[in-house]
Amino acid sequence: MSTQPHNTAYRSDRLWLAAMVHRVSGVLLAAFLPLHFLVLGLAIESEGQLDSFLQWTKSPLVKLAETGLVLLLAIHLLGGLRVLVIENMPWRNGQKRMATLAAAAAVGIAGVFLIALL
Amino acid sequence: MSTTAEATIDVRVWRGGEKGEYQSFAVPRRDSQTVLDVVTWIQRHADPTLAYRFACRVGVCGSCAMTVNGRPRWTCRTHVSKVIEDGRVEIGPLANLPVIRDLAADLTPFFEKWQKAEGTFVPSRTRHEPLETISPESPERQAANAAIECINCGVCYAACDTVRWSPEYFGPAALNRSWSLVNDVRDAGNLKRLAAAASNGGCHNCHSHQSCEQLCPQGLNPTASIAGLKRRTMQAYIRGEIS
Ligand code: SF4
Ligand code: SF4
Ligand code: FES
Repeated sequence: MSTQPHNTAYRSDRLWLAAMVHRVSGVLLAAFLPLHFLVLGLAIESEGQLDSFLQWTKSPLVKLAETGLVLLLAIHLLGGLRVLVIENMPWRNGQKRMATLAAAAAVGIAGVFLIALL
Repeated sequence: MSTTAEATIDVRVWRGGEKGEYQSFAVPRRDSQTVLDVVTWIQRHADPTLAYRFACRVGVCGSCAMTVNGRPRWTCRTHVSKVIEDGRVEIGPLANLPVIRDLAADLTPFFEKWQKAEGTFVPSRTRHEPLETISPESPERQAANAAIECINCGVCYAACDTVRWSPEYFGPAALNRSWSLVNDVRDAGNLKRLAAAASNGGCHNCHSHQSCEQLCPQGLNPTASIAGLKRRTMQAYIRGEIS
């Protein structure tokens, strides 16, 4: 028995997901970027602290977290460019392909970053 | 009568108003059967009290839209084969609108928003003046034509989560209509129309999800129309034509 007349299967459509991923990446960036800078700021207040901080950044967990941040940045940047193109350029078809390409490129950028860190 | 068991579809149909429940029916499967055929079969053979709406049955009037397996569709032109999932079809009223009863949604807010978006033609000439000659090839006419074949079915409105999340939003159909008129050189109501498009319920709410464009049965592209309005209202604002 259901008391809701509508279900929302259209939310699994690729373009809807693309818009939502873009949004969520923005929220997560707003939450984690300040944290990132805060840690950075605290760590470099004195020289000794900087050394221990640099040591700390070598831990795998931090590397993974930084990669996550880069992934979020790439997603949000490419997602934003996608919206700018949609809203400011003449319409082009193949929007689903564009969304997929943007997602793949974001993952690629984060992957390259991770490899460079290792 | 055939001796083999007849193939049936497991159909769940919304019964009630805003509150209610899905009711199951076993409906015989037919070749080239549309979702509207299914609903009509239920009303004729299982429960004559089922409320739903249709008129033309050929994709012209725009009155038969319902939610089918979670997506808004024009039911008279939607084949069961296209939407059936594991032998099941779930049919509900259009989303983002009040439910009158069963499958009939109240489209009043949808049409009120056309009015709020200034979606009515404002003539620039009186009947005593000669008709304006418009070249079908002119860019303005082509832009107006691109958005003009709307049948007011409400599919895009039901598919738009921005409508769901901000109830004052005019929605894709009204703004698509507005864009068509903005490009109509015979129309004299553009300043008021652009001011409406730039108002709280207007085009800048749109997140370019493109659910409207993906599901419009007429193949229209409200997302592109709304993007056009976003640019045009911005220009008008910079020129000081609207505030
Ligand atoms: S593109 Fe705009 S109007 Fe269309 S579904 Fe998305 S938010 Fe709604
Ligand atoms: S724009 Fe398309 S989906 Fe929206 S009301 Fe018009 S015909 Fe229906
Ligand atoms: S009944 Fe007229 S469009 Fe479906």
